[in-house]
Amino acid sequence: MLDKLFKISPRAWRAWLSIQSRLNKGNSQPEKPQQKEKQTSIFTKRKRVFTLVFIVVATLYLVSSAAAEFNLIDGLESFPKAFIWITTYLVPDEKSLSNLPAILAKLSETVFVAIAVTVCAALCAFFFSLLGTTTTKTNPWLARMVRVVAAFFRNVPDVVWAMLLLFSFGQNVLTGFFALFFATFGLLTRTFIETIDEVSADCVEALNATGATTLQIVFQGIIPSVLSVIISWILYMIETNIRASTLIGILTATGIGYQFDMYYKMMNYASASLVVIAIVVVVIAIEITSTRIRKVIM
Amino acid sequence: MSDAPILEFKNVSKTYNKITKALSDVSFSLEEGEFVSIIGPSGSGKSTILRCINRLVDATEGSIIFDGHDISRADKREIHQVRKKTGMIFQHYNLVNRLSVIENVLHGRLGHKSTLSGVVGLYTEKEKERAFEILEKLGLTEQAYKRCDELSGGQKQRVGIARSIMQEPRLILCDEPIASLDPSSSKVIMDHLSNINQTMNITCLINLHQVQVALKYSRRIIGITSGQIVYDGPPETLTQDIIYEIYQSKEGELITDVG
Repeated sequence: MLDKLFKISPRAWRAWLSIQSRLNKGNSQPEKPQQKEKQTSIFTKRKRVFTLVFIVVATLYLVSSAAAEFNLIDGLESFPKAFIWITTYLVPDEKSLSNLPAILAKLSETVFVAIAVTVCAALCAFFFSLLGTTTTKTNPWLARMVRVVAAFFRNVPDVVWAMLLLFSFGQNVLTGFFALFFATFGLLTRTFIETIDEVSADCVEALNATGATTLQIVFQGIIPSVLSVIISWILYMIETNIRASTLIGILTATGIGYQFDMYYKMMNYASASLVVIAIVVVVIAIEITSTRIRKVIM
Repeated sequence: MSDAPILEFKNVSKTYNKITKALSDVSFSLEEGEFVSIIGPSGSGKSTILRCINRLVDATEGSIIFDGHDISRADKREIHQVRKKTGMIFQHYNLVNRLSVIENVLHGRLGHKSTLSGVVGLYTEKEKERAFEILEKLGLTEQAYKRCDELSGGQKQRVGIARSIMQEPRLILCDEPIASLDPSSSKVIMDHLSNINQTMNITCLINLHQVQVALKYSRRIIGITSGQIVYDGPPETLTQDIIYEIYQSKEGELITDVG
């Protein structure tokens, strides 16, 4: 089937070319050279743009790898060694299995913190986004303020939040909680504002015209319109936060991240690998569940 | 009572962002029970006129008298009163698509309810009965429990009409009600509007792009060009020349010239 297609295509192409040339002959003569010139100029222009983009990307790579003292070939060469190391040391053994209950306890702690953070942040973000949206026409200055605050929280990464909060809260669950809370809150506020503006602007206008009050519009118009999109975002953020909380746990000495860090530094690689496997299994399981839920509600 | 106009525009002007002039010195009045079409090119200010009446847009100058009250400088409570008494129908239907038809129809009562009962969606038996009555009249009984995003365009617009009747309005404002509909659904919608106007004595003010439809259904036509009224009278005296003037075009340039 496929090679038939390939066999035909050059022949078809030649036929097409001959039709083209015949048509061109039929055209009025003085127009032709001008048209050709215009066509070539478009193609050379495109070629030039491609060459330029290629040169810029190549220069960026060379300059930045020189600055970071990174060598691609060295990096690739170390791959097989790393693979061998992983397969020899990072394999759970019988002894490490006795640590499984402790690992699962820590993992579930991390997962529940991530879920709690996301739900709290989503609730706050929703009320905040109602103030930030232009559809409800609350107050343009307040709306701008909300957007600025949300942008600030969003643009500081969760790991940086964790570092900052370490000073005030020290190494405990609260630090990780707030670090994830701020980052999630910022992102969700902005997303919710966009969703509300996009999905419910029309029906808000209509409900406004019937004389409904702002609270009635929120509950009868906005919430029903955006609920499924918002739930879908919350599920997505739960997934992201489970991954992020693993990393933040290393910083704040809590949860599964810390467990991994400890085993790793004690050179108990078998147990560390068990942690990795447990995380992967849980993350995949949660992703599958949330994809199913999203399919149902959309 | 009928000798006092239900709506009066006195020298109304509207300027957007202090630059774009949408309406300049517009004056007209509507008697109770009239069925009036506004025609004019896109961007001529048709929608602005309608939105000035229920204060989705604030007029910059002039005064608008609705039911004896000057509403152009009304406060929040008075605006609420005006919106309660005016229904509005939109080109894109503007329904809450994820809710059922009956819920959307009942939204017409929100302006008449306390905030709390509106928030939780608590409607009286009488209101529910009325909603079903209206749906039956518009031929939507079977669709009552369907979600609005399952409906066709014509059905959605009928839900829009039902919602506005539910308000028990004095005036219905229609912003391009048939612009997104096929000819047969358009006829159904226009027939319903005409019927509502005659049987319930609700005044209708309709923005239209289709001159033929305006000529057929309305007893009075207002033609508007770049924010100014250039024609206000019965369809019989709306000559081709005036239509060309409204649309700022010459003979043979309008789709209506084809037929």
